[in-house]
Amino acid sequence: MTEPRVPSCGELFLGFLQIGGLAFGGAVAWARQVLVDSRGWMTERDYAELLGLAQVLPGPNIGNFAVMYGRRCHGLAGSLSALGGFFLLPLCVVIGLVLLWDQYSSNPWVGAFMKGVAAAAAGMALGAALKSGFRLKPPPEQIVAILVIGVLAALWRVPLPWIILIFAPICVGMALWRARRA
Amino acid sequence: MSPHPIDILLTFGLLSLLAVGGANALAPEMHRILVDNRGWLDDATFTQLYALAQAAPGPNILSASVMGMAIGSWSGMALATIGILTPASLLAWSVAGWLDRLRGAWWIRPAQAGLIPLALGLMGASGIILGEAAASFWAAPIITGGTALFIWQTNRSPLFALLAGGGIGILFFALG
Repeated sequence: MTEPRVPSCGELFLGFLQIGGLAFGGAVAWARQVLVDSRGWMTERDYAELLGLAQVLPGPNIGNFAVMYGRRCHGLAGSLSALGGFFLLPLCVVIGLVLLWDQYSSNPWVGAFMKGVAAAAAGMALGAALKSGFRLKPPPEQIVAILVIGVLAALWRVPLPWIILIFAPICVGMALWRARRA
Repeated sequence: MSPHPIDILLTFGLLSLLAVGGANALAPEMHRILVDNRGWLDDATFTQLYALAQAAPGPNILSASVMGMAIGSWSGMALATIGILTPASLLAWSVAGWLDRLRGAWWIRPAQAGLIPLALGLMGASGIILGEAAASFWAAPIITGGTALFIWQTNRSPLFALLAGGGIGILFFALG
């Protein structure tokens, strides 16, 4: 794995512009793709740790992520560059969609294409979680936690605030226990 | 007759802090407040706008911007977007600074590493939930599974898989 380097504000803006512009069906998997795989600004571990924190906080996950990662790189300017880049394109597209509402919703070809893209986007989130999980090789208790959280959220549809309130302390506690013992 | 600008700003600001777990967790709460409580939107409009926002790339939190536009036109959209982003961003900003000051503490790295199961478990779960929602034709789960394998096992751009998925969707429409 190459040594992560700190991107400039312009690079942050462009990187998050790419994440926002490409992120169909959610930005988490694309953020991993751009920051870890294609640009190499973060290690797999850095990414997963900051993402965990971004998910525990209220608000858009990658929005929070952009603010925190941007601040770490270049303070306020970095946060604004990352956040601005992230929201610029999606906001333009959403405005365009609202303005074109009637034409867009009545075109069955667009609908068929979007259905296929939605199915693939779901696979992207799944694949990114698998890739990250196998690269990070978490300790056994974390693997159990990942599976339990996945089942509760996906199959039982437990509301996310509950999952976070219950599992954030448990998972942090387990990690501290392991660190103390080591 | 559109609601008072300050009212729009504060309502979406409150929603921002309720969105624990991201925008998808926010949908039921947004519905409760905008449709049932304030009566700014009717049920059908809310559902259509939400689907529209999902079709766009990027964060699903932008459903708030779309709702704002329906409530109060351009200024409504600007206020809703600012409202939904500001409180959460300020909180994330403070947490990042706090984290930076505590960098030397022995427990900060392991505590943060402890959040990895949440990140991965929720990422995987969102894939399953989105996959179920997208399973509107029989090939959809195959596209989902194929894309998951493609992402997991190769380092090629996911764009290929998304375009292939869209192509298969069009193929099915043309044949069926």
